[in-house]
Amino acid sequence: MTFRKKYDVIVIGAGPAGSVAARFAAEHGASVLILERDREPGIPVRCAEGVSHDGIAPFIDIDEKWIATTIKKAKLVAPNGEELLMENNPTGYVLERRLFDTALCNLAAEFGAELLTKADAFDLFKEAGEIKGVKFTYRGKEEIVLCDVVIAADGVESRVGRWAGIKTDLPLEDMETSVMYQMTDIDVDPDCCEFYFGNEIAPQGYLWVFPKSRTSANIGLGIAGSSALKKKPQFYLDQFVQKHYPAGKINYIVYAGIPTSDTLNQIVADHIMLVGDAARQVNPITGGGIVQGMIAGSIAGKVAADAVKERNFKTKFLKRYRKEWNKRLGKTQKTMYAMKEKYLGIKDKRFNNLVKAMNKIPKDKLSIKTLFTEVVKNDPKLVIEVARSFVVSKFK
Amino acid sequence: MKIESSLCDICGTCAGVCPVDAIRIFEFKVEIDNEKCIDCKNCLIICPAEAIKEEK
Ligand SMILES: Cc1cc2nc3c(=O)[nH]c(=O)nc-3n(C[C@H](O)[C@H](O)[C@H](O)COP(=O)(O)OP(=O)(O)OC[C@H]3O[C@@H](n4cnc5c(N)ncnc54)[C@H](O)[C@@H]3O)c2cc1C
Repeated sequence: MTFRKKYDVIVIGAGPAGSVAARFAAEHGASVLILERDREPGIPVRCAEGVSHDGIAPFIDIDEKWIATTIKKAKLVAPNGEELLMENNPTGYVLERRLFDTALCNLAAEFGAELLTKADAFDLFKEAGEIKGVKFTYRGKEEIVLCDVVIAADGVESRVGRWAGIKTDLPLEDMETSVMYQMTDIDVDPDCCEFYFGNEIAPQGYLWVFPKSRTSANIGLGIAGSSALKKKPQFYLDQFVQKHYPAGKINYIVYAGIPTSDTLNQIVADHIMLVGDAARQVNPITGGGIVQGMIAGSIAGKVAADAVKERNFKTKFLKRYRKEWNKRLGKTQKTMYAMKEKYLGIKDKRFNNLVKAMNKIPKDKLSIKTLFTEVVKNDPKLVIEVARSFVVSKFK
Repeated sequence: MKIESSLCDICGTCAGVCPVDAIRIFEFKVEIDNEKCIDCKNCLIICPAEAIKEEK
């Protein structure tokens, strides 16, 4: 692997946000280098892998190679165990993210972006305070590669932005602490994603069962960091698995964090843009961030290429990205965040009531949409329950 | 704060909630700079792998 001394754009992180940013920057004429710390994109998988068809289709041709299961149904389970089955949802998928992330990265390469794996960025290179490139280690050596624009797509840790003086840390209540098991030897419905709610199940979060086949699934949960003072997420997951899948086998365990805040106040500075988890562009109620990151990446990538054409790398110019993000998803995220904050810690009893009410709606009318129209009409305060049930806006 | 590297999954969640950028993730090791650390315990509380302990 070789690399040049200078590129127009350097993307740090080859997740969905970074790869899509790289592709759009390259597609619009910029020279692009992607730096990825891991051996290949997409590993390790720290994700439940659920997306909607409509969310990903604008970015990549659907390929069954990276689809584990096609999802038609969603099942919500109330704290008291009552189930609500919704069968009229838009199509979703549970992905093989290892392959999906690689496919997105390959697409960026097809448009001319270069990928360097095992390249661990540790600082920005600056001259007189101005960002001029990225410092990283590669095969045991420290390297500096110059660039005009850095796109920070470094995920939940979001450290690159800090090197540029941007505040990226989240308070505990806005970060979920999460654990997930990839389980086999279990019996699951391969076209149904399940969501479990309740204070005893996942306080201020939820638990998911996303099928990867008839006999395997991603089973995990997230709880607000501020709820993890006493019991850690694995306590809840073990409790659930022992009850529901006592004979199942745990293939591997994933620990991770999920940002559940608003988009960061600042996602742009001179010569740099933050995208994806790094910018906290995650749906704060569902924790879904794949499509969000791809959308942000597509905007930032295009703006980076435009900046290169106009030789203008100032915050003011790059703010076009912020503006477009606000229009596309930023406003929705803000609303979702306000709802999350306001109704955080809803009582189990009300959730039970919601599911009970929903079960009275005729099956053929029952969809995520009716959740909104029917229920919100009667009790506006149920918006949050509805919104939470809107986990399937993960399948947005 | 101290990281038990055998338990650490290198997921980066701790760095995401560190208000003083005292946590470094580099070459597949997570390190806490105790000079910078202000002892807020965010990392210890959030760590899903329970790999962070208080240093005695
Ligand atoms: C348990 C769990 C379940 C989830 N389930 C879903 C779901 O079902 N659906 C959904 O839509 N979202 C889900 N999410 C969220 C989703 O996984 C993230 O939002 C998404 O991966 C963010 O993409 P990204 O490109 O911003 O960052 P990432 O995918 O995290 O990619 C960041 C990349 O940057 C690299 N990197 C970091 N620092 C450096 C550095 N210094 N130098 C070089 N490389 C670096 C990392 O190695 C990594 O490859 C889930 C998250 C978790 C934790």
